[in-house]
Amino acid sequence: MTEFTNTRANHLVDPFLQVWGWEIPVYLFLGGLVAGMMVIAGGAMFADRQRRAGSVLTLLPGLGLVLLSLGMGALFLDLEHKPFVWRLYTTFQPASPMSWGAWILIAVVPALLGALLLNVPAFLRRRFPALTALSEALCAQAAVVRAIAAANLVLGGLLGIYTGILLSALGARPLWNSAALGPLFLTSGLSSAAALAHLATRDRSESEQLARADQRFLQAELALIALFLIGLLTATQVHIRAATLLLGGPFTAVFWVGVVGLGIALPLFLQSLAAGQRIRPTPVGPLLVLAGSLLLRFVIVHAGQLSRWGPV
Amino acid sequence: MARFGMAIDTVLCVGCMDCVVACKTENGLPEGLCRDWIVTEATGEFPDTNLEIRSERCNHCDRPPCVHCCPTRASHVEDRGHLVQITKELCIGCKACLASCPYDARYVHPDGYADKCTFCMHRLDQGLPPACTAVCPARCMHFGDLDDPHGDVSRLLAARRHHALQPEAGTGPRIFFLT
Repeated sequence: MTEFTNTRANHLVDPFLQVWGWEIPVYLFLGGLVAGMMVIAGGAMFADRQRRAGSVLTLLPGLGLVLLSLGMGALFLDLEHKPFVWRLYTTFQPASPMSWGAWILIAVVPALLGALLLNVPAFLRRRFPALTALSEALCAQAAVVRAIAAANLVLGGLLGIYTGILLSALGARPLWNSAALGPLFLTSGLSSAAALAHLATRDRSESEQLARADQRFLQAELALIALFLIGLLTATQVHIRAATLLLGGPFTAVFWVGVVGLGIALPLFLQSLAAGQRIRPTPVGPLLVLAGSLLLRFVIVHAGQLSRWGPV
Repeated sequence: MARFGMAIDTVLCVGCMDCVVACKTENGLPEGLCRDWIVTEATGEFPDTNLEIRSERCNHCDRPPCVHCCPTRASHVEDRGHLVQITKELCIGCKACLASCPYDARYVHPDGYADKCTFCMHRLDQGLPPACTAVCPARCMHFGDLDDPHGDVSRLLAARRHHALQPEAGTGPRIFFLT
């Protein structure tokens, strides 16, 4: 028998840590989504598919800038000492994933702007006619197009992985102590980006391509979730105790029903039926993928804050 | 260069909370928040039972995760005594340091910055011990340089059984509990 009493009752810390509310999961979701959009758009640029008339991929950079701004807005809302946010950009701390993230977020903006300039949307061309000439000049330079594509691929990959490493580097929370978290959040970001593009496209063949890509991302996500749990269950007692938050503990139902069942398994099933032309293509699958991806961040962030090294 | 730490005698500690009150008074802490606290741990089965009362606070770790994760260097290790301190004008209130501490020793000050035990740095500058140590009526708290083999703390650690909190977390805590 062990019994603890503690006189400490600090706000956001006791009886269990709850320093991060809705803002960080939303930021991680939007950051992952934008990362996925950058990787997909960058890949399409290399394959020279993004300039196909009517391709939804031409919209991704512009949409990415908007979603990134919303994500950074959520991150800003989470800060407790808001007037000092500029301090992030007066230093670079190589041991701090949050410092890496702050600078990656800055580097991502010109990469997205470059991609946007390669395919300026029609409404922007009408409003700013000079953009057409600039876009054509950029597109005529194959090296510039390749550089922008590479920047989107690399920075998108870094942004997606960083959203997971941000948590996994915090060793005091055993649920987050997994090298699988970075690849898992990147894959989840890729699947949600493919789902969003799938929802937006009007092109039948592009829709099928995006659905196939999404299926592969979702399968990889399932494998990474399995690795994440196996890694915790084969580690120390505190990691096993952390894993039980998702395996019998308070987050079991929302994780297995919401994230894995409705967010991954059901969309996989629906999209495989649609691919075999046994049902008509439906937006339900992609919508569930997006909801599941957001829920994954909420579950991991909140369950992770409940996990700890010391007495429970 | 000194490496300050503490040895706290759990056999003498009665959990009177004088250390908590002294810290709050000395440092002008906001209502409802504390930099040190009392933990009572009862273990065993009757009749073989044990009661340990501990005065806990920031462990000023040798490998402080709060310093490593800080994106602005607000959390840093002072040369003086190798103490983990916070520059509030650099802190953005991201709370990564709160999440990274296995002892949950930090909190968010109502003004927005992360706050925690400083080992009363302002008193150390005047040659005084931390307030908690100075007021302890049981004289169970000992503060000193862990690298000084002739100091109080080093001699107690050499002579008495002791343990630190969650050493398996790998942070190198510098507060030791004599048992």
